[in-house]
Amino acid sequence: MQRGDYLIRKIFFALATLVVVIVFNFFLFRILPGDPIKAIVRSPRLTREAKEKLRGDFGLDKPVFFDAEQLREGDVTGAFDTQFTAYVRALLRGNLGISFRSRRDVGEVLAERVWRIVVLVAAGETLALVLGMTMELVSAWRRGTRLDMTILLWALFSWGLPTFFLGIILLILARGHLPTGGMVIPGLKPENGWAYWADVGKHLILPTLTMAIVYTSSYVMIMRSSVVEVLSEDYILTAKAKGLSTFQILRDHALKNAMLPMVTMIALNLGYTVGGAIQVETVFSWPGIGRLMYDAVMKRDYPVLQGCFLLLAVSVIAANFLADLLYTVLDPRVQPK
Amino acid sequence: MEQFREIWRTFRRRPIGIVGALTLLSVVFVAIFAPWLAPYDPDEKIDVEPGDLLAPPDAGHLLGRDDAGKDVLSQLIYGARVSLTVGFVASFMSMFIGTTVGLVAGYFGGRIGNALMRVVDFLMVIPDLPLMLVIISLWGRGLWKIILVIGLLGWTYTARLVRSQVLSIKERQFILRARAIGAGSLRIIARHVFPQVLPLILAEAVLDISGAIIAESSLSFLGLGDPTLVSWGMMLNFAFERAISRMAWWFLLPPGFAIIWVSLGLVLMGSTLEEIVNPRLKSHHLFDPRRMVALVAGESASQRISE
Amino acid sequence: MALLDVRNLSVDYLTDDGTPLRAVEDVSFSLKQGRSLGLVGESGCGKTTAMLGVLRLLPAEGRIVSGEVRYRGVDLLRLSEQEMRKHRWNKIAIVFQGAMNALNPVRTIGDQIAEPIMLHGAATDKKAASERVGELLEMVGITPEMARQYPHQYSGGMRQRAMTAMALACSPDILIADEPTTALDVMIQAQILDLFQHLQKQLGLSIILVTHDLGVVAEICDDVLVMYGGRTAEYASVDTIYNEPLHPYTQRLMQAFPDIDGPALKTSLASIPGYPPPLDALPPGCRFEPRCHRKSDVCAVESPPLVAVKPGHYVACHFAEG
Repeated sequence: MQRGDYLIRKIFFALATLVVVIVFNFFLFRILPGDPIKAIVRSPRLTREAKEKLRGDFGLDKPVFFDAEQLREGDVTGAFDTQFTAYVRALLRGNLGISFRSRRDVGEVLAERVWRIVVLVAAGETLALVLGMTMELVSAWRRGTRLDMTILLWALFSWGLPTFFLGIILLILARGHLPTGGMVIPGLKPENGWAYWADVGKHLILPTLTMAIVYTSSYVMIMRSSVVEVLSEDYILTAKAKGLSTFQILRDHALKNAMLPMVTMIALNLGYTVGGAIQVETVFSWPGIGRLMYDAVMKRDYPVLQGCFLLLAVSVIAANFLADLLYTVLDPRVQPK
Repeated sequence: MEQFREIWRTFRRRPIGIVGALTLLSVVFVAIFAPWLAPYDPDEKIDVEPGDLLAPPDAGHLLGRDDAGKDVLSQLIYGARVSLTVGFVASFMSMFIGTTVGLVAGYFGGRIGNALMRVVDFLMVIPDLPLMLVIISLWGRGLWKIILVIGLLGWTYTARLVRSQVLSIKERQFILRARAIGAGSLRIIARHVFPQVLPLILAEAVLDISGAIIAESSLSFLGLGDPTLVSWGMMLNFAFERAISRMAWWFLLPPGFAIIWVSLGLVLMGSTLEEIVNPRLKSHHLFDPRRMVALVAGESASQRISE
Repeated sequence: MALLDVRNLSVDYLTDDGTPLRAVEDVSFSLKQGRSLGLVGESGCGKTTAMLGVLRLLPAEGRIVSGEVRYRGVDLLRLSEQEMRKHRWNKIAIVFQGAMNALNPVRTIGDQIAEPIMLHGAATDKKAASERVGELLEMVGITPEMARQYPHQYSGGMRQRAMTAMALACSPDILIADEPTTALDVMIQAQILDLFQHLQKQLGLSIILVTHDLGVVAEICDDVLVMYGGRTAEYASVDTIYNEPLHPYTQRLMQAFPDIDGPALKTSLASIPGYPPPLDALPPGCRFEPRCHRKSDVCAVESPPLVAVKPGHYVACHFAEG
């Protein structure tokens, strides 16, 4: 398969999904009962200036999708001067609206907090990947033994574990030993340098551990099916016929082949990982996008909710696209000649 | 029908699967007989004194009381109903949609097939929980809304699975024969393709139910559950908000363990079925070589073999 | 001493509920240095299983239940797995059926050929191994520069030849080739056969050719073992098999393969009606009985033993006469 074709298809798909997400986001907030956007404008909490700005930015006095009358008259630009285009234009400028609660610019709030979820997810995923793949390889090496069975049962068990509950259990267990809430002890600031970051790190331990435990099982299972798939291929029998030992076969033949689909799987799994991050941030009050989303749900802060969803969805789409790119580099079958 | 008996026969001999099935049955039993098993009616209004709030377990309340003074055990028992209802109905929905999409995409292929798979890809890329959060927040809370949201978003994996199965079945002898004698597509799908795919679907359905139950509990925990019903996720929501500082473990832990219990049962049962039904999972080339040479006459080679 | 002496090899396959199916029953043959054996029979007759048994490469449900496999006097079945590994590829190599897919898609051909070389110590450093890889590729008619490429970049025929080159990497005494010409076009088939003949002449290689194609056997092999239903039907030199086949199955096989140089076909191509016996419903008597044209009552009841009708000519039939 030519690399060029593959890439073009993937770019197209990523863009198309993005468009769908944006349209969906718009649609959802305007069409659902109790039109929240209209509700905002009537909200007594906002100043008159803010309301005017919102009306202007989002074109709330204009038709939603397109103006049929103007279209019939032949005025195409006029016909599409609608809420939807206003929304897209605002989006492209980075304008995601104003938070109901804090009255701050949504984009600003998101930008402030996004690194925290990134750190959490990165740490959790890395740990989960390393542990998961190692456990499965050990399992494959000693297939059929009690060790293999134990690993499998443990993976099955933690697969059925709700993330938030695991967080609660760890919270109860670690109480008094590790910080269980927030990101940092009040009073410490980034200016405090190392002390600040070390404390952030301490607060990161439990949330990361929760993520890691849940997703390790996921990776054990994914790796397992990948490994099993690979191990039933003919070239494994060839390797055996050559006189290689089980360990050598795993290391020199199975590993690379089994890891290829992992790249795509990690990206696909990211949707669930993000969901897990929301739960973990909520339980441990880790002030990232996940916690922000939970608070926005509780307080009915729709612009923030919308902004969070958009950010998370776009991130997952982008990550999937990057994974597809990476795949082309790794799999020799998708190389240009 | 013969293949189901075959599957049952194999399943019977897998202890892990049996344990899973029994675990699930215990929860189903509790759900069905809730009114008889629960010592109190969770909806009943009761007079509470301040001392009753978050009261630890005692003779009258085996799992103590919650933050509103109500009996935890009864809520736990009734909670099974919500979880199982959401689990079974939402799962049925997504299996139905997924199977239909998979059958059509796999059997007919071409433009329809590709279009359908693009839709599947779209849905798979969009993160689940954030999407569900957004929809329920805007749409409103309620049992059926939750079931619909979980069901309508959970079918993609099944669609992929069914499609790939159908692709491999499509070229088999009996299908080609049926086509040759002029059988219509719908008939072929219904009478030949579908029965072949059904075992796999059932195995996946079991696993899907556990996914649905966990999804519901996560949504409820995050505050979006049906406010008129008692669900394990909602119990945990209240417990987390109000009982964690007091470490009221009787309120905090049982609902979570209940979720784990039912989920574990389903997962054990489902993965056993999956193993039975999916031929790929069985044979591969790396296994303990000591059993291969099983010489009956003369000295046994396996005795002298060491790795 | 024979190079490979297989005696009374029997292999079972275990089904899901543990019942054993006898896939290979009591097969024996003797391979001398420099001679080649053709293992012939229909699909499912157990010939591949027998060869996998020799190298102890059966799938998880396979069990070798009896017999001896003596390579230069050493019984391979009684070695530890570790010792067995030293014999694999090094002494006895195998080129599998459908060799196209038997190569790892994410490693270069050169890498994969070098692997057994380094493993069994035929070369100690990468450079020496690399040179050897080049030699081997040239031997099968592939330019050494192609070693850097991946399997998907080779054509089907090239992959077959690369597999053969790989099999010869450690200069084994015996090469087992399982259906090397099936699914290849005629031109490539001819190439492969030429290659085999060349190897036999130049290297003195013993080849065990597993096939259902009698034409190929005639070109390459000195002896032929005809299998049916897991058992030996007839075992003799290739001339004997072609000119004086005594087992009804062998006779029918001969009829089914037209000889382009032979007399004009008087009768139509004779196929053998019926199907080979299913392993879970083996008949008590001779396994070929249902399809046999020479059967009588005793055949359905008693299984004929393998008897030496003449020195070096073994037949398992109640009616075989010298």
